[in-house]
Order: sequence, then C-alpha cells, then structure tokens
Amino acid sequence: MEGQTQKSYDAEVDNLKDTELRLGLPGSDEEPKKAKKRGLGESSMKAESVETAPVAKAQVVGWPPIRSYRKNSIQMAKKGGDQNNEKGGLFVKVSMDGAPYLRKVDLNMYKGYRELREGLDAMFKCFPTAKDEFAIAYEDKDSDLMLVGDVPWEMFITSCKKLRIMKGSEAIGLGSSP
Amino acid sequence: MREEISDMSEDDETGERARWAPDLSKIRSDDSDSGPGPPVGDSPPPFSDQVLENVLENVLEFLTSRRDRNAASAVCRSWYRAEAQTRRELFIGNCYAVTPHRAIERFRSIKSVVLKGKPRFADFNLVPHGWGANFHPWVKSLGAAYRNLERICLKRMSVTDNDLTIIADSLPLFKDLILICCEGFSTLGLAVIAERCRHLRVLDLIEDYVEDEEDEVVDWISKFPETTTSLESLVFDCVGCPFNFEALERLVARSPSLRQLRVNHHVALEQLRRLMARAPQLTHLGTGTFRSEAGFGEVDPNLDLVSAFGASKSLVCLSGFRDIESEFLPSIYSVCANLTSLNFSYANLTAEELIPVIRQCHNLQTFWVLDTVGDEGLRAVAETCRNLRELRVFPLDATEDSDGSVSDIGLQLISEGCRKLRSILFFCQRMTNAAVITMSKNCPDLVVFRLCIMGRHRPDRTTGEPMDAGFGAIVMNCKKLTRLSVSGLLTDKAFEYIGRYGKLVRTLSVAFAGDSDLGLRYVLEGCTRLQKLEIRDSPFGDTSLISGLPFYYNMRFLWMSSCNLSMRGCREVARDKPNLVVEVIRDWASLEEEEGEETEMVEKLYLYRSLAGPRTDAPTFVKIL
Repeated sequence: MEGQTQKSYDAEVDNLKDTELRLGLPGSDEEPKKAKKRGLGESSMKAESVETAPVAKAQVVGWPPIRSYRKNSIQMAKKGGDQNNEKGGLFVKVSMDGAPYLRKVDLNMYKGYRELREGLDAMFKCFPTAKDEFAIAYEDKDSDLMLVGDVPWEMFITSCKKLRIMKGSEAIGLGSSP
Repeated sequence: MREEISDMSEDDETGERARWAPDLSKIRSDDSDSGPGPPVGDSPPPFSDQVLENVLENVLEFLTSRRDRNAASAVCRSWYRAEAQTRRELFIGNCYAVTPHRAIERFRSIKSVVLKGKPRFADFNLVPHGWGANFHPWVKSLGAAYRNLERICLKRMSVTDNDLTIIADSLPLFKDLILICCEGFSTLGLAVIAERCRHLRVLDLIEDYVEDEEDEVVDWISKFPETTTSLESLVFDCVGCPFNFEALERLVARSPSLRQLRVNHHVALEQLRRLMARAPQLTHLGTGTFRSEAGFGEVDPNLDLVSAFGASKSLVCLSGFRDIESEFLPSIYSVCANLTSLNFSYANLTAEELIPVIRQCHNLQTFWVLDTVGDEGLRAVAETCRNLRELRVFPLDATEDSDGSVSDIGLQLISEGCRKLRSILFFCQRMTNAAVITMSKNCPDLVVFRLCIMGRHRPDRTTGEPMDAGFGAIVMNCKKLTRLSVSGLLTDKAFEYIGRYGKLVRTLSVAFAGDSDLGLRYVLEGCTRLQKLEIRDSPFGDTSLISGLPFYYNMRFLWMSSCNLSMRGCREVARDKPNLVVEVIRDWASLEEEEGEETEMVEKLYLYRSLAGPRTDAPTFVKIL
C-alpha cells in the first residue's frame, strides 16, 4: 500500500464498502447522514488536509465499541456538563464587592448586555453602593478578568464563567465604564 | 477499577493449554456417554499411597495459582486427586465449557467460584437478547454441593432474582457477591441478599443492567440488618433507582470495616459529605453526582467538602464524578497526592479543569478519563504521572464522525512521560503510525494495547498509509503483550506481523480489518498462545476458518460476525472437531424471512471447546452444528 495515490485509495475504499456486511435491520435507512468528503491538501505537511476520511457511513451496530452503560452515563455528562449550548439554564455566579453573599443568574434569560445590566441592577439594588460607580466584569475560560461588553453577546455567554460587580475605583484599569 | 476487573479481563490463561491436552485424551479413551469421567474409577489406592496423598494435600493447600494447579493435576492420578481435594477457587472462563455436575464431581470443597458467560461482543449489542449464559443451573448445583461457598463472581451472566434468593437461602457462610455486566435481576433480588446474607462482606455491582418495573422498585438499602455489619465493599453505581439516603447513612455508620463505597447518581455532594463523615476510613470512594443540590441562595457547601476530603486520609481511589460541577474539584486536592487510582471517565472536563488536579497526582497508577481533556490534558498527565500503569481514554461522543479531541499527539506525549505503562485503552479519531511506533519503543512493558480509531478503515492521518506499521511495531517491541485490539485501515500485512511476533498474545480483537483469508491464517498459525479471538466485519472466509482446525482446541473461543463465512465451512469445522460447540447465531430479521429455509451465509459464528457437548438451553435463533 506504499505510495498509493488518492484515486486508487478511493477505489479501494469503494471495494471495501462492497464487501462490507452491515448489521442494519431490513428497511433501515442506509444513506449516509452527511456527505463529509475531504480531499488531499496541496502539502502533505498539513495534517488536517491529508486526512482522507471516507464519506460518513450509516451508524453500525456496536461501533465504536462502547458499553451501553457508559453511553447512557455519558449522555448525562453531555447534558449536565456542557451547559454552554443549552437553552435550559446557563447559570453563573454573580459577586458584588462588599455584598455578604453571591447570587446566580441565568445568562440565557437576557438577550443582550443592556438587559443583563438591568437585571443585575434589580438584583443588587438593595445594597448601598452607588450604582453609577460600578463596573461589571467577568471571568472567562482562562480565568482572566475581562470587562463586560467588548465582545458580541453570543461569544460572551459561551466564555463567561463568573460575573463580578466591581467598585468603580477598582475598575479604572479595565477601560471606560460601560 | 478494582483489582477484580483487571483480573477478570486479563485472566491468566497459559495454564489452560497444559490442562486440555491430558483431559481430552481421557475423554476419547473413556466410553462415549458424557458422564463425568475422572480417572479414578478404579479401586481405592493402597494405604501408603493414601498417606502420600494426604501429605501432598497439605502441600498443595499452598498452591493458589490456577496455572500451577492445572499443571500439578496433570502429573499423575494421585496428584490429580490431591489437587482436586485442595482447590478452593473454581474458575470457569466459559460457563458452557463444562457442566456444573462435572465440576462438582471433581472438586469437592470449593469456597470461591468465578463464572463467565456471554462472549464479550455481547457488550456491544452483537449477541441477541436471550442467548443464554443463565446462572440458574449453576446456582442450583453449587448451592447444593458447596455449603461452605463464600464467594461468587460472575461476568456477563444472566442472573434472576430467584437465583439471588437461592444464594441467600443455600449458602450460610456466603460473603462476597460480585456481578459484572450481568442482567436479569432487580432490586427485589438485591433486597433478599441484603436481608438474608448475614456475613455479607462484599456486594459489588459493576456495570450491570438492573431491571425494575416502575412501581416495583424496592429500597434494598434499607433491608440490611440493623446490627453492625461486616461489609467491606459496597458498589452500586449502576443501580439506577432511588433509595432511602438516611438508611445508607446509617448502614455506613454501622459498617466499621467498610473500605470501598461507590454510590449511584442519586447521591449529591451534600450527602456525600455526610457519608464521608461516617466513614473516614474509606480507601475507595465512588462519588455520585458531583454537584450541589443547593439551588438559588443556598450556602456554598464547598468548605465542608474540603474538610471532608481532608479527613479521609486513607483514600487511594476516587471515581464517579457524574454530572460534574468543576468548581467543586479543588475540594479533592488534599487527597490527590495519595491517589493511586482516579476515574474521571464520566466527567466532562476540559484540559483547564483537569490540569490543576492531575498536577498533584504524582502517585497515580491507574487513570481513566474522557477525551474532552484533549491532547493538552494528556500532556499534563504525561508530565506528572510518571508511575502510570494503566490509562483509558474514552470518547465523549462515541460516533464515527465526531470531532475527536485526542490524537496521535496525545498518545505520543503519554508514551514519553509514562514509561512504565502496562495497559492502555485509547479511543480517537486521528492516529499516526509514528506515534504508535514511538509508544512501542518507549513503553516496552505494555501487556495490553487497545487502540480504537473510531472511523472505520481510517489510515495514518499524515501519510495516508494503513496502520500496519504501527501495530506491527507494538507486537514486535512489546515483548510481554498478551492483549491486543486493532483498528484503522489494516491490510493482511498487519496480521502477518501479529502472527510472527505476537507469540504471547492471548486475546485479539479485530474489526473492519484485513484484505483476505491470509490475514486470519497468519494469526491462527502464528499466535501459539491465542485463547480468545473476536472478529467482526472483516473479509475472512471458510478457507481461513478451516485453516484454524488444528488450533481450536487450544483456544477458549472464536467469534466471527459479518465476515465471509458460510454454512459449509462451519459444518466442516463442527464435523472435524467433536469437542467444539459451533453456534451459528441468526439475527431476528433473517429468522422471520427464512422460515424453514436456511441461508448459506453465516452472519455470526461463535465456537468454543467444551466438555459438556451442545447446550440444551439454546434459543431458536441459535443453531448448533
């Protein structure tokens, strides 16, 4: 198989597909779900472009070989752990400097930065901090403290891990107040 | 994660070969009825011989290894008898290889039984439901014959509540029940065990399928007697139904010997903290849901969790971490340095979340993780866990077209850092021969190498070549290798390497590989220690099947599904080898289509050596040739 060209490899793939015995039930859909054909790139140094993944095939019984117990448990992990794309609740903690306890907000409840600010206003209005002198900052995936408002809202909600309402004096280094 | 699991999959098989040769010749020379025919049908031995036998028995008491015992039993009749009297653990790797009656006839005082049932591919839905491996005939016989039986360990058996009741009622000294990948029982059966096995020491339910009707769930945890228990291990993460938590808390409080506890996902962090407070002596802990129950406005329990782990000075093994809220991970920092085993394979963690934890786990020997940590996460593992012996990387998204997060880069990093690696299971989408070759050179102690490139027929991602060279290097350089699973685009060349160099390989798993009959022939002729061979979707036909005839008696089983086998070839094997049971398993679909008419093509073949002859409990979709 050394020095095989893409063309002859494709032919072999087709031959393999001919001999392939599938375990689908009679009448099951055998069309590939997506046509994801990737060709060779110009340079063989580029790892991704040389990847000659065949056209996506219909799912085969028992492949990849993962036990059902694990598959079912992972389903729960996918839903619970990866909250970033879930419409059902994207809760992040909100701390306010000087406040005795934290709150949690659901970022999915807001359509944009203005609604978020209004929501936070309402939540923390009981605390005697002058509202004009605070900035809203957030901790992102890399644990950096960022000023809220710089990036598009969609990008913000996927990277925001925690919110922090900071006193105006501390927020000077973060840029102009929102 | 326990020792039992590794023992169960990599069971020592080398003794079987020595044992089978003498036994089979005895079968043939004895008369044709299939009654148990031990070689001691003649008159009792003279007195002096009896004395020698008694002395020998005292010596053989110390012999524990199965391989050694099998060898000793083949020396002569006297040794055979002495060994039979002194064997305490009965290991039966295929429940259909021998009848319960025959086993009981030979071994008179057994304390521990290990039984394995369905072929491993049953885990991946390739064996239709109802195929067999019923524990019932065994439990009836064992219960009657071995009153002192203390331990039962089953893997891939079908176990009913009735069977569990028989255990509880027949065995007054019963202590250890370990069920791995079993099905057929419910919380009803568990309640009987809890209630009636007064000396229960170990109740380990590992990846079982526990069936409960909605309205018939029993709170089995509450059924343990109210007195102090002798429980040392309680594992029930696979039992999905809810239970009374206070009952568990009280049970843990009155089980001073408890060292292993793995709970199910109905236990959240607040409850975990309470359990840990009751059992600071735990060495193995499986958390439930690693998430706070607290909703909006509650006190952050993080602080208490930190002190809970801080107080558990004996913890060496952590698992569970279901539905993880990663902000609680720092609470385990205090135990990390002592951990030898960590299972994050149900936790969706990024590299950023893993790294602060793994960087403290210098003594880790076993690590299971999800591929969400990516190659960067594996880098941290490689840099920190220098003593790692076993690594398993599972996919979050177990489909062929998912975007895998780990690759040859991660594999290479692991091989550079973890030089003492003995066992690896690695799921990925992209791999290169170079990385596999590097691992074969860096990790010469590898005993188990299982690489699953999830896309079928996928070649080396940089060169476009088949993965022959990589797997070839593994069998060539890893001289202790006994278990191998191959994947990716593979030609007959790969099998030539395996046959030529894989002289110690006992278990081989093949899927979507090879070009022709030659591939299978290389393996059958070359791998002299082969015990378990499972193949799916590979172009091996009758010629290769028949070429294996001289070797099938030396193997525990052969599984071939979706290959190129026909009834003609399978019949020839059955004809030629009377002590092989040749099962042709049909799909439900084809069963309905051809009523009374036989298809020539064989979809699933399962053949195994047996002293019991064709089994009598085969369902209609199994045809025994």
